[in-house]
Amino acid sequence: MGLNHLILNLEDIRFNYTGGPKVLTDLDLQLFKGDRIGLMGPNGSGKTTLFQIIMGLLKPSSGSIEIYNYPCKTEKDFIDVRKKIGLLFQDADDQLFSPTVLEDVAFGPLNLGKSRDEAMEISLNTLNFLGLSGFEDRITYKLSGGEKKLVSLATVLAMEPEVLLLDEPTSGLDEKTKATLKNVLSGLDLSYIIISHEIDFLAEITDHIYTMENGKILFDQEVHAHEHVHAHPHGAYVHEHK
Amino acid sequence: MFEELTNGDSFIHGLDPRGKLIVVFLFSIVVAAADRFQVLLGSLTLGLLIVLTAKVPARKLIKRLIPVNMLILFLWLFLPFTFGGEPLFFMGPLAVTREGVFYATRISIKSNAMMLMLIALVASTPIFFMGHAMHQLKIPNKIVHLFFFTYRYIHAIYREYLRLKNSIKIRGFIPKTDLHTYKTFAYMVGMLLVRSFDRAHRVHNAMLCRGFKGDLYSLKKFSFKTNDVVSIIFMMAMIVIMGVMEWA
Repeated sequence: MGLNHLILNLEDIRFNYTGGPKVLTDLDLQLFKGDRIGLMGPNGSGKTTLFQIIMGLLKPSSGSIEIYNYPCKTEKDFIDVRKKIGLLFQDADDQLFSPTVLEDVAFGPLNLGKSRDEAMEISLNTLNFLGLSGFEDRITYKLSGGEKKLVSLATVLAMEPEVLLLDEPTSGLDEKTKATLKNVLSGLDLSYIIISHEIDFLAEITDHIYTMENGKILFDQEVHAHEHVHAHPHGAYVHEHK
Repeated sequence: MFEELTNGDSFIHGLDPRGKLIVVFLFSIVVAAADRFQVLLGSLTLGLLIVLTAKVPARKLIKRLIPVNMLILFLWLFLPFTFGGEPLFFMGPLAVTREGVFYATRISIKSNAMMLMLIALVASTPIFFMGHAMHQLKIPNKIVHLFFFTYRYIHAIYREYLRLKNSIKIRGFIPKTDLHTYKTFAYMVGMLLVRSFDRAHRVHNAMLCRGFKGDLYSLKKFSFKTNDVVSIIFMMAMIVIMGVMEWA
């Protein structure tokens, strides 16, 4: 694919928290339009940090970030990035802050300059799309874990992003909500990167699964093939382990 | 915790929060400045009347009035003895002055009258309507945000607190008067602060990701209805009468 389709180009990204060890070391990542990438890796391997760097919430100590062929360095650059890339936080409680569901979902569209009526319409449509119609006036902090997750997703989708970054979207969800999520994601015409520990989930809705280790992303070819025998639910279905 | 009273459906619940805010504000100013007992007693009566109209349950009402009156109790312990003036009677070497007693009585009436009004306001208006009403009344954004987030995060912190409390409970913690207990409570408060700070940071990040530029927009449209106009005229008249009685 040509440069026109290159959405995200990260080169030689290094990052460490003040006084802490290196989290990312010379990390490279490219995301093209239509890419559906799964990202696995042990806890603390820097996956969430990577997302925060893409969104401009953390600044790398060195390396370059180009988004839509535009180098992003300052907070101002990232303000535009955030209109196109939506990040779903690991903990839904971090994402929801308005008293009611509708207000929370409308928060993004209103920030993008939509009128009150437009924002309402977008929000209601998004909620409807996620099977959450009737949730408008529910109080956000009283929702169940699964509902919170879906509402958080609604708040991100309402901004009509071109790219989604999902940080462990399935954690704490039951099978039913997971299935809803799977349906929604596979029905979207978006590029996305999903962090998850669930290989079955990733195998179904992504085209590539990368692993993160020692602050780097290991692409398919760099992973050592291995065989093992194990048992888990749905083990009867053919699936891959990277 | 706070909205337990807002589910009622009294006449006052249906009124425009903007009108309620303005009325409570003006009422409080007049009551705070007033000195004559007729006016103060009038304001207390008005407050009681409003609370009754708002159908605030007596038990909840008393629960909310106790903290204010605890504070006033302390004033009663000191004011009558320290305020200069004509002695009413003596308690040992201490003189209780007439002015001191009047002063303390005034403060008691004023605070309770204002509290009654505030209780009626808070009890009849969902917090987020109040925030939006403040916004529409052109109260500075920073104050409105502070109000909103304080409310929202009191819940988050409270839940964090419950989680911490449960986690020490299930490990057999029983509060005693010893260093271990103090240390545990200190850790808990510390953890609560640090965790809340972190949470606030993450929420801010999440808001930035959704294009937050410092403005909160409201989806709620308020409109004045006949009820609102009538109640505001009535309350304004009461406030003006109180003012006239005080200063004319």
